[in-house]
Amino acid sequence: MTDKEKSKQKQPTFLASLYKAAKSFARMLPVMIAVILLLGLLRTLVPKETIAHVFTGRWLPDTLLGSAIGSVSAGNAVTSYIIGGELLKEGISLFAVTAFIVAWVTVGIAQFPLEASALGKRFVCVRNGLSFLLSLLVGIATTATMMVIK
Amino acid sequence: MKQSKDTKNKGNKRPYSMYFLAFVIVLYLVLLVIDQKKMQESLILSWNLLVRILPAMAFIILFMGIMHYAVRPGTVMKYMGKAAGGKGWFLAVLTGIFSHGPIYAWYPLLKELKTQGAREGLIAVFLYNRAIKIPLLPLLIYYFGLAYAIVLLFYMVAASLIEGVMIDFINKGA
Repeated sequence: MTDKEKSKQKQPTFLASLYKAAKSFARMLPVMIAVILLLGLLRTLVPKETIAHVFTGRWLPDTLLGSAIGSVSAGNAVTSYIIGGELLKEGISLFAVTAFIVAWVTVGIAQFPLEASALGKRFVCVRNGLSFLLSLLVGIATTATMMVIK
Repeated sequence: MKQSKDTKNKGNKRPYSMYFLAFVIVLYLVLLVIDQKKMQESLILSWNLLVRILPAMAFIILFMGIMHYAVRPGTVMKYMGKAAGGKGWFLAVLTGIFSHGPIYAWYPLLKELKTQGAREGLIAVFLYNRAIKIPLLPLLIYYFGLAYAIVLLFYMVAASLIEGVMIDFINKGA
């Protein structure tokens, strides 16, 4: 069998790919549903003033706090979009929300042991440190650009 | 050995998410006992949120299917491993954006690339750009708008390149 024939055999059909995607999505569902239920609880039980108290409304501390919370959080990016979007609706600044989303998806504290075993501790420490700092910059740059555009 | 470690992690992922869901359900049951009205309010809010994001979810599954069909990990590694110079950065960005599946499945391949002499900066760019999830764009656009999504993705790609260059710079100095 030629290499071309082998690669043709390995190529899944689109339906098979869609089925695999649905299965991957199903694996995300328990956490997504849990987060949605948790957001419902928080919106009912935690007054807006409490959230406003944690996020001061000042861009620098809020961006730092957003990055810090995003860095220690773990999970699929979908979850960060949902939480970030809902926080924005609660009046949290775009600086904080953007930094939170970017840190969530780029800083991988939860994957640290596995990544370090494959790529080395030093690489993972430097990469995560830089990703944290860059999440602040991306948060500030994105929000500032959006202010100019609007 | 590597494979068994990956399989172990994959197998562990689901129970944790189920425990998390179970924990939230227990919170609801506790609230049902304490304050039934608040529990109902929370459920309604959650339901409304779920209904709002359902259309975006359908697009996410479709896009994930397209990505899985079109992008194979072997091809990604082939291009990234060979690339050098400006083309290398460009391909690391592209392969990172279009790669899919859980990150732990990529570590053995990245380790192999590193062993073969791929620069750490390129690996960092690839890993950073994995944060850009094309299939999840409908949800990002739903919450924040198209303009925001474009601006954010632009800055994330720029940040990935800065990170890659800085890692190579640090490695040169070390």
